[in-house]
Amino acid sequence: MSSNSYLDMELLRFTTAGSVDDGKSTLIGRLLFDSKSIFEDQLEAVAKTSDRKGLDHVELALLTDGLRDEREQGITIDVAYRYFATPKRKFIIADTPGHIQYTRNMVTGASTANLALILVDVRNGVIEQTCRHSFIASLLQIPHIVVCINKMDLVDYSEEAYNKVVDEFKEFSAKLDVKDVRFVPISALHGDNVVNESEHTPWYKGGTLLNTLETIHIGSDHNHIDCRFPVQTVIRPHSDEYHDYRGYAGRIAGGIYKKGDEVTVLPSGFQTKIKSIDTLDGEIEEAFAPMSVTMTLEDDIDVSRGDMIVRTNNQPEVAQDVEFMMCWLNNNPPRDRAKYIVRHTSNEARAMIKEVNYKMDINTLHRIEDDKTLKMNDIARVKIRTTNPLFFDSYRRNRMTGSLILIDEATNETVAAGMIID
Amino acid sequence: MNYNLKHLQELEAEAIYVLREVYAQFQNPVILFSGGKDSIVVTHLARKAFHPAKIPFPLMHIDTGHNFPETIDFRDNLIDSIGAKLLVGSVQESINNGRVQEEKGINASRNALQTTTLLDAIEGYNIDAAIGGARRDEEKARAKERFFSHRDDFGQWDPKNQRPELWNIFNGRHSMGEHFRVFPISNWTEMDVWQYILAENIAIPSLYIAHQRDVIWRNNTWIPVSEHIELREGEKVENKQIRFRTLGDITITGGIESDADTLEKIVEEVAAARQTERGNRADDKRSETSMEDRKRQGYF
Repeated sequence: MSSNSYLDMELLRFTTAGSVDDGKSTLIGRLLFDSKSIFEDQLEAVAKTSDRKGLDHVELALLTDGLRDEREQGITIDVAYRYFATPKRKFIIADTPGHIQYTRNMVTGASTANLALILVDVRNGVIEQTCRHSFIASLLQIPHIVVCINKMDLVDYSEEAYNKVVDEFKEFSAKLDVKDVRFVPISALHGDNVVNESEHTPWYKGGTLLNTLETIHIGSDHNHIDCRFPVQTVIRPHSDEYHDYRGYAGRIAGGIYKKGDEVTVLPSGFQTKIKSIDTLDGEIEEAFAPMSVTMTLEDDIDVSRGDMIVRTNNQPEVAQDVEFMMCWLNNNPPRDRAKYIVRHTSNEARAMIKEVNYKMDINTLHRIEDDKTLKMNDIARVKIRTTNPLFFDSYRRNRMTGSLILIDEATNETVAAGMIID
Repeated sequence: MNYNLKHLQELEAEAIYVLREVYAQFQNPVILFSGGKDSIVVTHLARKAFHPAKIPFPLMHIDTGHNFPETIDFRDNLIDSIGAKLLVGSVQESINNGRVQEEKGINASRNALQTTTLLDAIEGYNIDAAIGGARRDEEKARAKERFFSHRDDFGQWDPKNQRPELWNIFNGRHSMGEHFRVFPISNWTEMDVWQYILAENIAIPSLYIAHQRDVIWRNNTWIPVSEHIELREGEKVENKQIRFRTLGDITITGGIESDADTLEKIVEEVAAARQTERGNRADDKRSETSMEDRKRQGYF
């Protein structure tokens, strides 16, 4: 795409988690409505449903209703993705249910997010589920957290009540690995400080929620230091024009690659130089995460899917023993000494869970060392042994080369997600 | 040097990545090609993903027999210019073979019949991945769709039991007879698609651009006059300047009055639109969950 495109917008992906009564759906509805992202026919449909339910106002929460079972039961079952844009940014919301049995959905929504929106009812303060959501945000290394202290209208917009919750959250989150936490006092129902500034909170000097979402710095969310290029597929046109062409296609997982860079191909260890970085629009001089490109190399060496092209002087770990924090996603618990398929970047191997170090109580953040049986939604620190080496970084350093999934060979289901620890 | 991608570049990189994963993980993928803007964009992205090689999969058109002639011309020209193979699944043939029955009644359409034709074609050609241009912003059931969406051996979607999809690691493993639907532009909005078409200067059927056409007012939209449509009492043919926001079966795809006769004007019009693009599609108006119901059965 031409770089002088007039479309000068960044993309922010954020996740929201909440349970039935904390106003999450109302907040998302409010954000979409006040940013004028709702179409007339959508609003009409919601107005009709509100009317049928006997409500005297248009219930914005209905804007986020999805599947039939959700409409009937008034719950969120699965991650729903929603989209809106302002003149400053495009937003993708991963709207996830907050019940404990839906930890796997929260983890899923969090895995691609730059920012987590955590809702707290100002009357209840930091409760178990706040801890759970925050822990998952830190486990998944979401770079930014915005805590929306909601239902301010019900405490007369009291600064004291707000500060109390802020202090509670700060005290608790000191135990977590989170870098950037902000707080906004809101009323999703009335729209205070969501898109429009509230008249009721003159004591609050920060921006509205939307203003925060529009301006938070996300430029450094990708790793631009450690060059990691997992090869997805090899492109061989076999045409007259490109007779001997061998291009290595993939999405850059870290770092900045330039034509002429000295690189090493893993696992073979062959060293060579980048001959060209190609796109349909022509050769480019450099490429960086998360671009999808095709590279050619100076030397004709054997490279295939699952290999990784890295800078010779900065290499990832190469190992068959890998330790990670794991979220178990499947109804069937892991079987004793069972083998799984591990998918990591474009690489695949078979693996066996060797050891469960401890389980996490995600409400209290305590380690459970005496009961190591894993069920759906459990989070544990585990060690696996793989049939061939993986090339990885710690998840803290790189979310793309530090993440993996386990697949059950018998059912083909994705049964676990892992965040690698160094 | 600024090492940040703009939103369209990031969406493009994501879609190319997904298309390459399909190539790497499946034996026999196809691109579902309707002649609409979304499948045109997916095809364009596939060219980018495999350049300088040709797109390594055929395009498959599920033909209701109720086409805009412009769509078919456009399809055939595109196939020629990119050197791809075209597969066609014909709803008319499904009707002739007795696989489906033509709907009767005042709002009859062939929309729902496509599901059978599509599933038959997937089975007949042994397809294990059908790449589509559906977007999550289009409809509430689609908002819950995965990039790699698993279908059982009846072609059905089970929205409550989808595989978790984390980071950009896609699991396309499946048993014999099962297949996947893959949606590379899941995260794009209607606006993104138009901005991208404009930025990349992608050719689209003239139907999207404002033009004069004979139409009738039906179900709150301008339905094009064609050999497949019968006038009802009280309906009269008018000539209007219209354009289409989506393209589908000619009998149910309504146009809007518009003077957007360039891509730039279309982008402006989309930015100012107060109705969703599928608001002009009779197939979505049948009930609150009509898309969910059709998707469960194996629809696009």
